[in-house]
Amino acid sequence: MEEKMLMKGNEAIGEAAIRAGCHFYFGYPITPQSELTAYMAKKLLKMKDAVFVQAESEIAAINMVYGAASTGVRAMTSSSSPGISLKQEGISYIACAELPCVIVNMQRGGPGLGSIQPGQADYFQATKGGGHGDYHLIVLAPSSVQELVDLTMDAFDLADKYTNPAMILGDGLIGQMMEAVEFKERKKINLPDKEGWTLTGCKGREKKYIVPFNLDPYEMEKLNLKIQEKYNKLKEKEVRYETVNLDNADLIIVAYGIVARIAKTVMSNAKKEGINIGLIRPITLFPFPEKIIAETSEKVNKFLVVEMSMGQMVEDVKLAVNGKAEVNFYGRVGGVIPTQSEILTEIKKYLK
Amino acid sequence: MLERIVISGFGGQGVMLIGRLLAYAGMIEGKKVAWIPSYGPEMRGGTANCTVLISSNEIGSPIVSHPKILIAMNQPSLDKFESNVSDDGLIILNDSLIEREVKRNDVNVIKIPADDIADKLGNSRAANMVVLGAYVEQSGIVKMDTIFKALEKVLAGRNKKLLELNKEALKQGAELVRKGKSNG
Repeated sequence: MEEKMLMKGNEAIGEAAIRAGCHFYFGYPITPQSELTAYMAKKLLKMKDAVFVQAESEIAAINMVYGAASTGVRAMTSSSSPGISLKQEGISYIACAELPCVIVNMQRGGPGLGSIQPGQADYFQATKGGGHGDYHLIVLAPSSVQELVDLTMDAFDLADKYTNPAMILGDGLIGQMMEAVEFKERKKINLPDKEGWTLTGCKGREKKYIVPFNLDPYEMEKLNLKIQEKYNKLKEKEVRYETVNLDNADLIIVAYGIVARIAKTVMSNAKKEGINIGLIRPITLFPFPEKIIAETSEKVNKFLVVEMSMGQMVEDVKLAVNGKAEVNFYGRVGGVIPTQSEILTEIKKYLK
Repeated sequence: MLERIVISGFGGQGVMLIGRLLAYAGMIEGKKVAWIPSYGPEMRGGTANCTVLISSNEIGSPIVSHPKILIAMNQPSLDKFESNVSDDGLIILNDSLIEREVKRNDVNVIKIPADDIADKLGNSRAANMVVLGAYVEQSGIVKMDTIFKALEKVLAGRNKKLLELNKEALKQGAELVRKGKSNG
C-alpha cells in the first residue's frame, strides 16, 4: 500500500489523471481550479511524450482535447463554470464524434461571471447536454478528495468504455480543500480496442474520418440512435450512489458532492434530537440513480433535496419519485454554502 | 473526537502553514483530517484564514461555523472570529500584535507574545511556529514529535537552518504553556 498524502482536491485530480495515463492536458486558468492547471504544467512538462498546453482560451483548449482524443490518447481539460460554458460547442462535437475524454468542472457561483466561491448550479448544464443536440456526458460527482482521485481514474475508464466524454463535477470547496489521499493499486479492466477509429497517420492504410456531422439526415438519425443506445447501457450498468440509514428514516435527504458531506453532519446532529434522517447521495449524476430513489419513495414519504443551486437536481428526484412522496427543496446560491444548522431547521419544518 | 480549529492572520504570517502542519501531523497519527483555506480575491497583507478538522471518525461537513479553537495572529482576526468560538472554546492569541483583551468570558484564553519570541530567535517569520507549539502543548491534539515530522516533510528541500529555527520556535511556544500551567 502506498503512503498517504495530504493533497488539495485540484492537485489530487491532476495526480490521479496522470496515473490513469492521461499525458495530454489542455487548459486555461480560472479560480477555483487553477491549481489543477498548474499541477499538470509542473508534472507533464517534465515527462517524455507528454503534452501540456495553456491554451489561448477555453474554446481552444477543448478543441485541442478533441484533436488529441482523435488519436486515441487519454486527454483532459478543466475549468470552472464560466469557462465550462465556453467549452460547450466543443463538448457537443466530441460527443457526436464519439470520442473519450475527461472534462473537469470545479463549479463556482453563477450565473454570468458569478462569484469564485463554490456552487452547484451547473447541474443542468452537466447532466442534460449543455451544448446543442441530444447527447449526455457521463457525470461523476465526488464528495471527498479521495473520491476525486478514484472517480477521476474511473472517468477515463468509463470514457474509453463508452467512447463518450466524461465529466468530473466538483465545486470550489472540494477543489481547494486538503485531505489525506491514497493512490491505490487498481484492478486491470478490459477496455475496447481503440485501433479501429484512431487517427494515427494514413500511410499504408485506408483513410479514416472522425467528424461531428453527417449531412444525410437518415444517417445522422442513425448516429443519434447509436449514441442513445450507449446512454441506455450506462443507465443499466453504471449507476452509482451511496445510501445511509434508509430504513425507518423520517425523511430522506438527497444531495451530491460536498453538500452530501454537510448532510451527514446534519444526520448525526438530528439523531441527537431523536430525528431519523436518511441520505441518498448520487455519485453518478448521469446516469442518475432514479431506481433507488423510486424504491425509497415507496417506504419514506418525505424527501428534502439540498443543493447549492436554486433547484436543479430536485427535478430529477421528482421524476424518480413520480408523485409517491413529498419532495421539498433547500438551496443556497451564488457561492454560499448551506450550513448544517440551517438544513436541520428546514427539516424540522417538514416534520411538524 | 472532533477538533475544529480556525487559524487566522495577515497574509504572510504563515497561518496556512500552521494549518497544513496540523493536518499533516493528524494524518501521520492515523486521524481523519481536512484543511480548508479561505480563498477569494486576496492580496498581500490582507487577512488569510484556514480551517482544520482533526477527527477520530470520518469527517462530515468541512464547514465550521463555530470553531472550538481560534488561533488569532493579529487583531483583525480576533475581531472577525471571537464571537464565533464555541462556548468553553479556546482562543490563542498573538499578544505581540493584539492590544485589546478578549471580550468574552465564556472561553479560555492563552496569550503568546509570538513575534517577540520569534524576534529573539532571529526571525520574526517563525511567530507562527511559536503559536503552533503553544497550541500543541495545550491540547495534546498531536504529539510534538509528529509536528516535527510533518515540518520535515513540508519544508523538504529548504535549508536545514530554517528547519532548526522552526523547531526551536515550536519548543519555546510549548515551554511557555508548560510554565503557564505550572504557575496555575
